[in-house]
Amino acid sequence: MDLSAINPVLLIASLMVAATPILLAGIGELVTERAGVLNLGVEGMMITGAICGFAAAVITGSPLLGFVAAALGGAMLSLLFAFLTQYALANQVASGLALTLFGLGLSALLGQGYVGIKPPATPRIDIPFLTDLPVVGRILFGHDLMVYFGIALVAAVWAFLRYSRAGLILRAVGESHDAAHALGYKVRRVRVLAIMFGGACAGLGGAYVSLIRVPQWTEGMTAGAGWIALALVVFASWKPWRVLLGAYLFGGVTVLQLNLQAAGLAIPVEYLSMSPYLITILVLVIMSADKSRAPAALGRIFHAAQ
Amino acid sequence: MKMNKRSFLAGTAATLALVASGAMAASHAEKLKVGFVYVGPIGDGGWTHEHDKGRQAVEAEFGDAVETVFVESVPEGPDAERVMTQMALGGAKLIFTTSFGYMDPTINVAKKFPDVKFEHATGYKTAPNVGTYSARFYEGRAVQGTIAGRLTKSNVVGYIGSYPIPEVIRGINSAYIHAKKVNPDVTFKIVWAFTWFDPAKEADAAKVLIEQGADVILQHTDSTAPQAAAEAAGNVYTFGQASDMAEFAPKPRVSSIIDNWGPYYIKQTKAVMDGTWVSEMTWDGIGAGMVGIGEITDAVPADVKAEALALKDSIASGAYHPFTGPLKKQDGSDWLAAGETADDGTLAGMNFYVEGIEGSIPQ
Repeated sequence: MDLSAINPVLLIASLMVAATPILLAGIGELVTERAGVLNLGVEGMMITGAICGFAAAVITGSPLLGFVAAALGGAMLSLLFAFLTQYALANQVASGLALTLFGLGLSALLGQGYVGIKPPATPRIDIPFLTDLPVVGRILFGHDLMVYFGIALVAAVWAFLRYSRAGLILRAVGESHDAAHALGYKVRRVRVLAIMFGGACAGLGGAYVSLIRVPQWTEGMTAGAGWIALALVVFASWKPWRVLLGAYLFGGVTVLQLNLQAAGLAIPVEYLSMSPYLITILVLVIMSADKSRAPAALGRIFHAAQ
Repeated sequence: MKMNKRSFLAGTAATLALVASGAMAASHAEKLKVGFVYVGPIGDGGWTHEHDKGRQAVEAEFGDAVETVFVESVPEGPDAERVMTQMALGGAKLIFTTSFGYMDPTINVAKKFPDVKFEHATGYKTAPNVGTYSARFYEGRAVQGTIAGRLTKSNVVGYIGSYPIPEVIRGINSAYIHAKKVNPDVTFKIVWAFTWFDPAKEADAAKVLIEQGADVILQHTDSTAPQAAAEAAGNVYTFGQASDMAEFAPKPRVSSIIDNWGPYYIKQTKAVMDGTWVSEMTWDGIGAGMVGIGEITDAVPADVKAEALALKDSIASGAYHPFTGPLKKQDGSDWLAAGETADDGTLAGMNFYVEGIEGSIPQ
């Protein structure tokens, strides 16, 4: 065993990259669920965002436009879910699963011409002086913009839900759509917007995989990250900062276990392999031992006449 | 949890076909239906991609005389049984199950459909209507090991393993033996991904290995993600796995192992058509053309290229066996005496590292 082969600075830097896709998708799903909608289609929206972003970045040569297209693609796909569940009043669980299946198929179709192509590189930000700081510089200031965007988004969602009037309305809709409706709030409109936000975030998360983390297009490349993000929201008991913590824990332990394997640590690989799931669930479950609970109207169908 | 639209489509198709075959049992056409069960998406650029090329070769060869169906991204486990059952109910008379983890499901389903022939890739269990086929990838690994041993400057070769099964362990041993032969200082760092296909995880594994000093990466997973990671890192060499992965040539990808299933699939389909099919355990290598070595690019020095090609030729002609003694097991016990070559039984069930490889195989 040679633990000195593991560079903690690189480890922390790469855990931030590994955590960003599930962080983005998770924070989007959190907003959707706080509005009382359970969208199980995160995986489908992620993979659709991955190909939309990839294609747009390749065509325009701009990773930034790629991310914009990914957010749009994810939001467009989520509109389908919004129509099914908010207007056709379909079952949310079934619609969400269908959305995942549809997204996987749609992305495979859209991606036909993009296999084996390299996307334009997303630059790392480079702040003179700051990025050159030893240790801290590489960890804190040497990433691509999306890593910071993810963290900023968590802060924004937290502030939005906690301090803004719109956030209060969104939470009211998620807790009791009948009461919110009686007060004159547009339950359906709020939920559709929340679903679209969730779709856009999932799309960004998917594009982060195809444009930065891997970077290339391969069918089915998100390989279950959407399901992890979904689980993360539950274990984070619908609190934004805990989603961040959970995502970093999961990303961190994932990268760490690969590092430990390569360094030849004498722990059976099976345990290392399952450790990201175990540790993340354990920590978040212990943390959610307080009174936190799911939004009361989560997954329930709203119809104004009933 | 991973589902796939085609498995649903196949389910619907199977049901429809059942109804149809009930209605027209008397007049059913003499068209051989051949099924393929894939572990990844056909666009993975690696393992499944090559199996699907084999399927297309069958279609091209027999035209209207055959009909092929396939289901992709089928998880290894009970779901695979469901897919195979649907294929058999749907009228498939020959079913190729193309991943190691389909072994028990294939045997189970084959029991229920004695008149359907099954071909399982890379496994070791057979039945009267189940044959197995595999390629001697370790022959290609010997060539890769030679190139890797010559190319590495850090003397650290990274290896991304999928699952600790004999096929993968054979590859690691073969690559190590031949890297060591040309470079006594070489060490292998092995990371198990516990997946055949997860681009993000494969990319992470490659990055970790590179961060820990590896400058040559060998992979036994199916996507091209490690190639992209190596390319981004700069001075790192890789090899295409299962498919040529030529889009990453001339560097990082300096050569590749190409699985060539087409001729075998055509031969077995023909055998079923002619009624001459028998359960066999086929295991072909470079010589028979089942394992191809992709072009060795100019990023490799000419003398190393010549050395690798000479090794390839001697393996192809049968003059040299990649597992030729003297060889010891990792624990120091004797395995092969000088000049002795490994028998297929030992190779098929290989569950040990050869001497010099560090770390233990997950059990």
